[in-house]
Amino acid sequence: MTIPTSSLEQVIPGQGSMAQPEAGKPTKAKRQRFRFISNKKAAAGLIILGIYVVVAIIGPWVAPYDPDARGNDLVQPPSGAHWLGTTHLGQDVFSQLLSGTRSVMFVGFFAGIVATVLSVLIGVTAGYLGGRTDEGLSALSNVFLVIPALPLIIIITSTLESAEDWLIALVIGFTSWSWNARVLRAQTLSLRRRDFVDASRATGEKTWRVIVFELMPNLTAVIASGFVGTVIFAVLSEITLAFIGVTSGTTWNWGTILFWAQGQQALAQEAWWWFIPAGLAIAILGTALSLINFGIDEFVSPRLRSVGKTKIKTVDGRTVRMRIGFTPVLSRSAAPHTHASPTPVIRKEVTQ
Amino acid sequence: MKYFLQRVAFYLFTAWAAITLNFFIPRMVPGDPVQALITKFQGQLSSKAIESLYVLFGLDKDKSVWQEYLDYWNQLFHGDLGLSFTFFPTPVSEIISSSLPWTLTLVGITTVISFFLGTGLGVLAGWRRGSWADGLLPVTTFLSSVPYFWLGIIAIYLLTGPDSFFPSSGGFGSGLVPAWDQYFIPSAIQHSLLPALTILISSVSGWILSMRNMMVTVSSEDYITVAHAKGLSDRRVALSYAARNALLPNVSGFALSLGFIVGGTLLVEIVFSYPGVGFQLFQALGAQDYPLMQGIFLIITISVLVANLIADVAYLLLDPRTRKEG
Amino acid sequence: MSSTPVLEIRNLNVEYGLGDQAVRAVRDVNLTLHRGEVLGLAGESGSGKSTLAYGMTRLLAPPGVITGGEVIYHPEKGEAYDVLGLSDRHLQAFRWAETAIVFQGAMNSLNPVHKISTQLTDVLRAHRPEMSEAARNARAREMLKLVGIAADRMEAYPHQLSGGMRQRVMIGMALILQPQVVIMDEPTTALDVVMQRQILGQLIELRERLGFSVIFITHDLSLLVEFSNRIAIMYGGRIVEEAAAAAIYKDSLHPYSQGLLGSFPSLRGPRRELTGIPGTPPDLKGMPSGCSFHPRCPKAFEPCSTNIPVLARPDDSPRSVACWLHPVKEPVG
Repeated sequence: MTIPTSSLEQVIPGQGSMAQPEAGKPTKAKRQRFRFISNKKAAAGLIILGIYVVVAIIGPWVAPYDPDARGNDLVQPPSGAHWLGTTHLGQDVFSQLLSGTRSVMFVGFFAGIVATVLSVLIGVTAGYLGGRTDEGLSALSNVFLVIPALPLIIIITSTLESAEDWLIALVIGFTSWSWNARVLRAQTLSLRRRDFVDASRATGEKTWRVIVFELMPNLTAVIASGFVGTVIFAVLSEITLAFIGVTSGTTWNWGTILFWAQGQQALAQEAWWWFIPAGLAIAILGTALSLINFGIDEFVSPRLRSVGKTKIKTVDGRTVRMRIGFTPVLSRSAAPHTHASPTPVIRKEVTQ
Repeated sequence: MKYFLQRVAFYLFTAWAAITLNFFIPRMVPGDPVQALITKFQGQLSSKAIESLYVLFGLDKDKSVWQEYLDYWNQLFHGDLGLSFTFFPTPVSEIISSSLPWTLTLVGITTVISFFLGTGLGVLAGWRRGSWADGLLPVTTFLSSVPYFWLGIIAIYLLTGPDSFFPSSGGFGSGLVPAWDQYFIPSAIQHSLLPALTILISSVSGWILSMRNMMVTVSSEDYITVAHAKGLSDRRVALSYAARNALLPNVSGFALSLGFIVGGTLLVEIVFSYPGVGFQLFQALGAQDYPLMQGIFLIITISVLVANLIADVAYLLLDPRTRKEG
Repeated sequence: MSSTPVLEIRNLNVEYGLGDQAVRAVRDVNLTLHRGEVLGLAGESGSGKSTLAYGMTRLLAPPGVITGGEVIYHPEKGEAYDVLGLSDRHLQAFRWAETAIVFQGAMNSLNPVHKISTQLTDVLRAHRPEMSEAARNARAREMLKLVGIAADRMEAYPHQLSGGMRQRVMIGMALILQPQVVIMDEPTTALDVVMQRQILGQLIELRERLGFSVIFITHDLSLLVEFSNRIAIMYGGRIVEEAAAAAIYKDSLHPYSQGLLGSFPSLRGPRRELTGIPGTPPDLKGMPSGCSFHPRCPKAFEPCSTNIPVLARPDDSPRSVACWLHPVKEPVG
């Protein structure tokens, strides 16, 4: 019997399915990649994410006003001139929202890349090499896993002299890799025991070649899902930091909007246009990223796919629900069958 | 027992790592802000307090890092976390011990309720696939993507006001003194309802989603089919066989979620000006009160480690495979 | 062994999925299990043998659907009834009390978080609510003793038992309500050969003592030849041959049965050359026309690719085969 060295060793919900992918045939990876797009959830998520990326690129240029420019209309509700109203300084909320998208997306993706690279390096190395290396690296990721990340990020960024976006992204990236590293380690461990990896090791392939050409293609889904998860976390963290004023820097992001809204009593003034759009922007981006991750989960573990049709009609017109433990019976009569029989001639001889 | 000791050892190690991290973080930055504050309060600081701050922030250039590290530990063991600048000259440990109960109660109760409620709904959604419970999924996905603090803002906007039952800020009614009496307790509960509801709504969806997925995964295990084949009632199969097993990863996934929930709670406290450590942290940030920030980080980390240890014990009781061979 | 039927499967059809995507896994299967006999069910994986076993007790997981047929059960006393027509409550009462199943993969058949005793007694709790707790425990201990496990293992968890012990527990559990029919789905595939034979031998001995009937499903035809009375061979969701075990072994009529026999070494009897079957089992999604075995059949000829042969008696002996090499004399009912 094996005693898990850590309760975290267990398969974890959501990502849990990632630990044991059922698509066991590495050769099919290419064909399956196309099927991923056909997953409705993933497709919807990718489309929304695409819109955000476009806004991040062109946002500052298409914004009708300079987000910092003050005006004479103070705390005005949405109008033709200011689609999402104005702030206490007469700044245009819509322009702030558009300009702020770039910073949010940049920090999200940059932190996601940093954390993903770290988690791949640490997780795959630990899982593949095993032994002392594994013990050390696993202990390291466990420590980072249980230290609450957000307070740590707050403490570190508060000591920074200038909190530039890239620096914040680095801090977030360096503190949020542990979860993915764990999942990747578990996945690498199980892959390492498979035949095709053994085979290439036996034929004397170099370690890095085995990792890059044999392991990595099979870890793609896990890595992608970890990346998306980190982007969600990074976006939320950056906005939180801006909201509590740790990074009230020069660049706008949605957290900065909320920071000013909160600080200037937007609530007391019932200035809903000031704080609702930014929050919705976060929520929709988060939903889109979650949808992409559901798509990846379902793609890796087909069991999780939502069952298309769960209610079916029996021959005598009743409706039964498909459920575990009680297979539906559509018809009990011995002869009729819903499908046309391909054997017209011979069949007649035998039917009772 | 062996498993339990392993876990305790691991958490001690993590606590050591967190404390060491806490020791080094202030040393990575120039000591100017702290030095400036010390200068500002020069006349009012005792020489002992100055000494303590020098150790905490590594301002003494003559000492070796190792000597400072030892002094740091020595100070921690005496419960000395330095003096707060915001609430000068109150010691940090005093501020934390007055605000920590608020946070612990708020997070503790809401997390327990959220875990049981979310797990229960997840069991339903996973077992009765294609029934009404599936309708929960899109809603929970959206809610789990909303930042906690924003939900708090919306709750204040929609539910509070001059005539509302819900107070929009604070931990108890003005004019009351914290005490275990019939005036203070109801007021404290009334003030905690909205923050608690905010945390509950934000965190419950995560439990629903993960439990639902685990139920779906467990449902295709052989022992579920066996349980049906044995002619057990659907209820018994769902609870004693499927949910009982699906619960295990959810309990061990507690570690990750807890850090996240605690982070969110700090923010909710800020929005509601709730007198817990999150709100104190916010004030410390605004005033560049580094001793208070460091102290709060330390205490949050240790609380999370203790909570994780409790979750591990629960896991130990739930999964016979981790117990020592009998 | 008598010739009174205990379980009659009539024209059973099982599909996975609905509408156009549906895959027909079991096609018009007719099979009768007689009182006290061991009926073997053999075939490669994907032949529909397990689907048949789970389908007749409605245990198939979604998207499995039973699209037609009857499963007539003859209780020891009283009228025969159709299992597929039972209400959920009656079906729950029927399960395990009348037909118990020993599943493949002893590793996963037991719930890892409950003690062996709990898993043995919850059957009694569900089916014999009038029994006292002490009586339930006594019965559970008795069953463990029956399959050769010390009573102190009652308090063990599944992970503390070896694979062989776990499978014995499953057999003991299957017999706890003294069912008339025990379905064994690859009960020993996860075990080593010695353990396999030991457990099967024990089961046959128990059958002689307790008098239940067995449907024994495996891909290992040599085990069936040794342990069963009658054998049905499945291919592509249909039964292609059915005869006494000895008849299958000595002169099987269907080329597929001959191929299956050729793929396994026999522990007893004369040495034979191992041949195996060329090609792969058919994809249930795109079943070949005519006899589904014809693309792999060494003896295929003109009618095989267009017409489906029917399971029928080739001569007067009580055996049947679905093959154009053995034209129909008398349809099987």
